[in-house]
Amino acid sequence: MTTRIDRRMAKLKAEGRPALITYFMGGDPDYDTSLDIMKALPKAGSDIIELGMPFSDPMADGPAIQAAGLRALKNGQTLAKTLKMAQDFRVHDDETPIVMMGYYNPIYIYGVDRFLADAKASGIDGLIVVDLPPEMDEELCIPAVKAGINFIRLATPTTDDQRLPKVLENTSGFVYYVSMTGITGSALADTTKVDAAVKRIKSHTDLPVCVGFGVKTAEQARSIGAYADGVVVGTAIVNAIANVIGPQGRMTANPADAVATLVTGLSQGVRTARLAPAQ
Amino acid sequence: MNKPLAPNSFRTGPDEQGMFGIFGGRFVAETLMPLILDLQKHWDEAKNDPAFKAELQNLSTHYAGRPSKLYFAEGLTNHLGGAKIYFKREDLNHTGSHKINNCLGQILLAKRMGKKRIIAETGAGQHGVASATVAARFGFPCFVYMGATDVERQKPNVFRMKLLGAEVTAVSSGHGTLKDAMNEALRDWVTNVEDTYYLIGTAAGPHPYPELVREFQSVIGIEARQQILEQEGRLPDVIVAAVGGGSNAIGLFHPFLDDTDVKIVGIEAGGHGLDGIEHCASMSAGKPGVLHGNRTYLLQNADGQIMDGHSISAGLDYPGVGPEHSWLRDTGRVDYVPILDDEALDAFQLTTKVEGIIPALESAHAIAHAVKVAPTMGKDQIMIVNLSGRGDKDVHTVAKMMGMEI
Repeated sequence: MTTRIDRRMAKLKAEGRPALITYFMGGDPDYDTSLDIMKALPKAGSDIIELGMPFSDPMADGPAIQAAGLRALKNGQTLAKTLKMAQDFRVHDDETPIVMMGYYNPIYIYGVDRFLADAKASGIDGLIVVDLPPEMDEELCIPAVKAGINFIRLATPTTDDQRLPKVLENTSGFVYYVSMTGITGSALADTTKVDAAVKRIKSHTDLPVCVGFGVKTAEQARSIGAYADGVVVGTAIVNAIANVIGPQGRMTANPADAVATLVTGLSQGVRTARLAPAQ
Repeated sequence: MNKPLAPNSFRTGPDEQGMFGIFGGRFVAETLMPLILDLQKHWDEAKNDPAFKAELQNLSTHYAGRPSKLYFAEGLTNHLGGAKIYFKREDLNHTGSHKINNCLGQILLAKRMGKKRIIAETGAGQHGVASATVAARFGFPCFVYMGATDVERQKPNVFRMKLLGAEVTAVSSGHGTLKDAMNEALRDWVTNVEDTYYLIGTAAGPHPYPELVREFQSVIGIEARQQILEQEGRLPDVIVAAVGGGSNAIGLFHPFLDDTDVKIVGIEAGGHGLDGIEHCASMSAGKPGVLHGNRTYLLQNADGQIMDGHSISAGLDYPGVGPEHSWLRDTGRVDYVPILDDEALDAFQLTTKVEGIIPALESAHAIAHAVKVAPTMGKDQIMIVNLSGRGDKDVHTVAKMMGMEI
């Protein structure tokens, strides 16, 4: 069974360029603005959308994404509304893959079977659940794969060759390589080390390997995109939204426009990544 | 929730996956997974190593002051006019609480694993002080995460940690309490994976922490069981301990779990009452969910977002509980009941007056249960209350509640 993710990755491979994968927090700063941001992403050159599910206690996230989640929750975002956001997006776009990313508890409380059925119906293609390592695959990964939803696993610098096969076993869609040990939004790791890590993972799998954590600029996207199958940008987008929200929630510019400007630049980065040696 | 079948023994958990029934597990980011597998490997070796046991035993005796006394609280017993009340005097340990038992065990593990840096979370500051203490003793740099609210209400302990050489980071996310401190400690750990040992203070978190913390704290129950047999010639009728994350409680309870005639009661923080959200009674008013590496009872809303809760006692101010307690609750082996802030304050003052002992506000919750229940029991019946810590750290909070400035 192929998903939108598989089809999109195959298409980009044929075009000879890496994917630009963009993360934003569902419901940040509010539902309507957030839906506008989501709609702006593919137009600005995003190939795959990561739709953040807010959680009160995001243990692997830095201050920017923590704050984005709290803004969304404060304005009434729930998992049900995040699913609805995908559904609303699908009315106009049935091609761009959507990966939901977050933590397990809201899904567990929603009910795994009910969540998978609703996610499928809402046009969700993949899941990234930070606190479900392969040791906990029975919880959600195996049911998701059975439901036809990709379960995308994070591989990290601490995932050694001995452990990689276990991490890759039930992974599908793509592998998300976390470029460093740390929380989201930290500084980008040494790109030569990232290059070696991508090669190491590729020696274990035929799946596309995408790299994230720390990518903020078009230049970084270009240099990572020279050897990775995709580049994930999250905190920079979340910051672009935060920057135009005033202290009282009064916006100084349109957040969707701010995101579009940033993503247009990033997409130039991935589109030129393979044209010349990144330097 | 269906009640799981009672097992042949309540003392065999967790299983190899770190589960106590549906509770526990290893719900952590991939970055941390190799670290907790490595910890498990070293823990499995250490717990069967006589040299490790001997070193811990030696430190427990000569550094921490174990065994702690089992004291017949005659003043409180006479005042209440019912069951004989004994206090297990963990307040007399070095650093003033049961937390040192766990910290000594884990610092030896950190040393064995060749780690170079210690991080810890703390609520009331008792675990932070105990961590800073063992770090000083063994020459580790120590970084303690503490909620900003707790930094404010537990100032004496913050100063003690700093004196001991620890760096204390005030965490202002959420309500600035233990939950937020734990998030921040996990963020540190995920960043500094190479050289850092995370010294978790309670019997919660990803497997194997709930098991290893319980093993280090079980010395409380092992001693208490032996001491009551020596002093009274029989087992107690009831044992009581306060439950935040639940390390002092599981330490007292575990050795008694298969003594089916011993009634076991865990006391949760009832705060201002269970009708609202101003409490921390996760097992009385929460439902199972996943946080901080394990599945357990949590205070949460209908969307699975974790609530902050409230307790007058910083050590009980946590919206979850160790997974073994959740399992003991569902199997029915242990009863968990709430005690309100006011009831704990009354017990705090009563114990000070009739026993000349200032208990920690956490322990005062357990004593408050004795105040309620002992008068309904016969004079020939016996109750052990875990006096998990001393209350010097709480005098500012209590003075404020009594409307006094000190």
